[in-house]
Amino acid sequence: MSGGTRLENANPVIFQRSGERLLAETDADEDIHDPIDDREIFDLIRSINDPEHPLSLEELNVLEQARVKVDDAESSVDVEFTPTIPHCSMATLIGLSIKVKLLRSLPDRFKIDVSITPGTHASEEAVNKQLADKERVAAALENSSLLEVVNQCLANKSI
Amino acid sequence: MAADDALLLSLVEEFVSGLQDSKAKDTATAVKNGEFTILQLVEALGLSLTSSQPHTRARGVQLLSEVLHECYGALTEREVEVLIAFYENRLKDHYVITPPVLQGLRALTKCTVLPPGSAVSMLRSLFQDVHVQSLMLTERSCVYNMLINLMASREAELKGLGPDFVFGFVQSMDGERDPRNLLLAFQIAKSIVLRGYDLGKFTEELFEVTSCYFPIDFSPPPNDPHGITKEELILTLRDVLTGTPRFAEFLLPLIIEKLDSDVLSAKLDSLQTLTACVSQYDHKDLAEFLDGLWASLRREVFQTSSEKIESAGLAAVTAITSCLSRSVLNSDSEDSLTTFLELVLKDCKHHLCEPDLKLVWPSAKLLQAACSASIRASCAITAAIMPSLIEQYTSRAQCSHRRTLLEVVQRFIQSVKTSQTSESEDSVFLAFRPSLCSMVFSALTESNSSLQITASSVLTSLAQQPGLLLDSDIELAVDHLTRLLLTEEDDRVSVAVVDCAGALAELHPAAFISKFIPRLKTEMFSEPMDQDNNRALLSSFPIMQCGSGVLSSAHTGVFAAEEVVSACHSLQRIAEQVQDSEETGRCFHDIIIPRLLSLALKAALQGEDSRSPLLEEAVLSAMVPVISTSCSRLQPTLALQTASKAVSLFLDGDVSFLPDNSFPSNIQLLKQQQGGSWPQSQMVCLLMGCVCSLPRSVEVPRVDELLSALEEMSCTVLHPLSYTSAAKCLAGLLNKKPQGDSLDSRIQSTMKRVCSELDSSSSSLHTQAFTLLIWVAKALLLRYHPLFTTLTDKLFSLLDDAALGPLAADGFSLLMSDSPDILNRGCHADVRIMYRQRFFSENSAKLVQGFNAAPQEKKPNFLKALSNIVNKLPKQVQLTELPALLSLLLEALSCPDLGVQLSTLSCLQPVLADPPPSLIQQLEALISRLLVLTGSPAMEVRIASLRCIHAVSKFPEHEILPVRARVLRALARPLDDRKRLVRREAVQARGDWFLVGS
Repeated sequence: MSGGTRLENANPVIFQRSGERLLAETDADEDIHDPIDDREIFDLIRSINDPEHPLSLEELNVLEQARVKVDDAESSVDVEFTPTIPHCSMATLIGLSIKVKLLRSLPDRFKIDVSITPGTHASEEAVNKQLADKERVAAALENSSLLEVVNQCLANKSI
Repeated sequence: MAADDALLLSLVEEFVSGLQDSKAKDTATAVKNGEFTILQLVEALGLSLTSSQPHTRARGVQLLSEVLHECYGALTEREVEVLIAFYENRLKDHYVITPPVLQGLRALTKCTVLPPGSAVSMLRSLFQDVHVQSLMLTERSCVYNMLINLMASREAELKGLGPDFVFGFVQSMDGERDPRNLLLAFQIAKSIVLRGYDLGKFTEELFEVTSCYFPIDFSPPPNDPHGITKEELILTLRDVLTGTPRFAEFLLPLIIEKLDSDVLSAKLDSLQTLTACVSQYDHKDLAEFLDGLWASLRREVFQTSSEKIESAGLAAVTAITSCLSRSVLNSDSEDSLTTFLELVLKDCKHHLCEPDLKLVWPSAKLLQAACSASIRASCAITAAIMPSLIEQYTSRAQCSHRRTLLEVVQRFIQSVKTSQTSESEDSVFLAFRPSLCSMVFSALTESNSSLQITASSVLTSLAQQPGLLLDSDIELAVDHLTRLLLTEEDDRVSVAVVDCAGALAELHPAAFISKFIPRLKTEMFSEPMDQDNNRALLSSFPIMQCGSGVLSSAHTGVFAAEEVVSACHSLQRIAEQVQDSEETGRCFHDIIIPRLLSLALKAALQGEDSRSPLLEEAVLSAMVPVISTSCSRLQPTLALQTASKAVSLFLDGDVSFLPDNSFPSNIQLLKQQQGGSWPQSQMVCLLMGCVCSLPRSVEVPRVDELLSALEEMSCTVLHPLSYTSAAKCLAGLLNKKPQGDSLDSRIQSTMKRVCSELDSSSSSLHTQAFTLLIWVAKALLLRYHPLFTTLTDKLFSLLDDAALGPLAADGFSLLMSDSPDILNRGCHADVRIMYRQRFFSENSAKLVQGFNAAPQEKKPNFLKALSNIVNKLPKQVQLTELPALLSLLLEALSCPDLGVQLSTLSCLQPVLADPPPSLIQQLEALISRLLVLTGSPAMEVRIASLRCIHAVSKFPEHEILPVRARVLRALARPLDDRKRLVRREAVQARGDWFLVGS
């Protein structure tokens, strides 16, 4: 309830951030191939900013590592996100941000699926459909004002 | 001849009648000079000797005796025989004649040509005709001296006399009162007893005549004119009395009787005599007196007020027990050891169980005295005592009682320790190990500090019993000790625990390495040092001891190199962290460093075949900082001593200060041996640790000699560690050598040597010479020495060299970086501030010039040198200096050498954060070169180049927007890199490039 604009969820529950991924010994070994794993995908997207709050999606528990699935060999990524409230109007924007972030950070070979955790949003199906539609995503990114909002979500706070 | 006769007659006349004693001397001199013979003298004496006046006769004999006394050596056997016959006969004469006769006889006993049988006849007449005790003091002493002389020269003949000789002697000395004569008499008796003269039926007489003086009570007259002491008399008499087991039946009752005396010294003498005599005796001699002896001894120990008596009594108990244990038993005799121990146990054991523990100490001491005598005794006694002691401990609640019991137990353990000789036998405490251990550990967990102290010393004693404690016990002990050390507040407990830990560490190093040291180390280094310095210091000592223990065992090959290295690291950290106190300094300089040197030397002398871990470079390199840290920090005066010892070790092979000294004397560590023995030559790195880290105020002894030897070595030895260390050591010394002509000439001569080696194309020692050059250059660079420029010019010229070019380029990194072991401020080196900047600003132009002039294939050397230099420069300096070098750096990015790429990237990255305009102008070239590098085979290069690309995304947008699409396209590839770390950088860089322009 500040600044005249009405927040849909003014007082979200905040969750702890997971730490930096610990370096394994094999990470420094040139000869070993490190496959892309769930944690790596999660690390890519966990720091995306929430459009409303100065918090990351991880802190709001919108993203959880358990709901990130990757298959490096099959080149497929499947991410489910959980809006903080069932009527969240930002769900599409959040989904778009996640999708864009993954598109920019992963090699072309990957097929990226972003969807809402089943049973957590009122208009779950509609949002999922929008996010799965390549052309609608591409069209959305042509929209410079929308792109600016997405870029704001993806801008690095920390670095 | 007639004149001579007249002279002799007048001499005799003047002596005999004129009573001028001095004439005897004249006569003797004349006889000695050969003016008269003895025969002539006797003839001249004729009248006096046959005079009817006894006094005249006496004077005559006296003259003869005195002359004989002077010249007995010149007599012939025949003369002696006649003279003896004459003297024997004179013994029967008037009593006034006896004294001179005895003197004459004494002189004759000294003759070497004494005819056979004369000794016996002489003694027979002596014992027969003379009543010794009615003679005067000097005459009695004369008789004793005669006996002593004869016993020395005619032992066999005297033994032929049989018991008569003993009897004669007994008669002669019976009633002697003067201590001077007694001393002589005792000596004779001692010889009789010890040399096996036949005592016959006179054993008791001889014993009686000597023992009547026991115990000696004599106080010398004031100002002590004769120098005879009571102790002398006591000891001689004791030798007589204890000399033979045949006296046992008389001596032991006498001792028992004298022990009842009230006089302290008499008791003491009796006890000591008892201790001395039983060492000669057999169990049969003792058997019948055991009861009486034990009763007296027990009384003395239980009731005495004097410590001397007590310890003498305990010594006697030990002596008796060991005598009994030693004896071989016959089938029919009973085991008198068991009998005696039963006596002891019967009287002592119950005192250990009394509730008030009043007589516990005297009883315990008696038992321990018996215990320490032999293994048999200790088995019997511990078996009887230990169970009840342990039970007592568990049933007692009072700390003081428990402590007393613990102390008693400890004394038992220690008393057994001394008696154990054979390694193979199991400890007598083996049966009690579990209960003893639980007792000690429970005491260690008590809160009472004195109990803890006692327990820790009991633990030490237990550990010293070979083969007693199991590994699990040791581990438990280590746990307890660690806990106490870390938590205990009481200083006394800490000291006791540290002592205990030190002792245990020596015996069981393995357990301490695996558990104790790591624990202590973490504790020590985690808590701030100054807060708890005292304890940390305390705890460092066992680590040090243990550390050197590890090193010693490393020598025997028990431990691997890594463990030795970690022990060295611990030592180094201790040296760094402890306060600079006299005590620790001494510990390092007196114990640790000589130990390290000695161990290394020992390994080196065994040669390369021994495969000792101490020959490995890693181990030696770990030792160096221990030495250099302690030399640089702890007590400069001690450091100087250590340094001069080390110098003499390396120059002269002086090994005298090393512990465990069994080294050959011809060690030459700085001279190259035939066949190039690298184990010895590499020892020079330890010398480097020693002499190069001294404070500058301390002057290194014999520095010029050292410098020459090191120069020689570094230019000739083939082993890399050896010549590098020698070069470093030389550099370290040159860096600190005071400014002056001697330094300049030294540098010039070294330079000449190096240049001639480098210039001669045939030489195989280019690498060695180059190593020396680079280190000397570094030493001079650090101190801004003017001669440095000659060396840099040489270095730059080497960049063009086909063989040494790459080496020279690498050398610049060494020049610009801080070396960890030498030539740094920690080693008190002469390091001027901003030497890197100075070097850079003086030489960058030369570098660019050389690069431009060099043929294409040599350019990488220059690029590498440049990136090595720039890399080590502070960032601020880089920013101002780089624009001039930018083209060179961009060139370096396309240089195929990975090292060059990497170092160039790492110096570019900070510059990119705040890009100078000149860089932005070259954006296109920069980006394309960087993008190429993202495909480099080396992971680090890929990462570094991605970071640089990331940094470029922060450039002014209007400049980079044109390349955005290209960069994004190029960055898609590293997104699928096989290494996660690379992908991470790529993701970040690409993410930010996407944001460009939005």
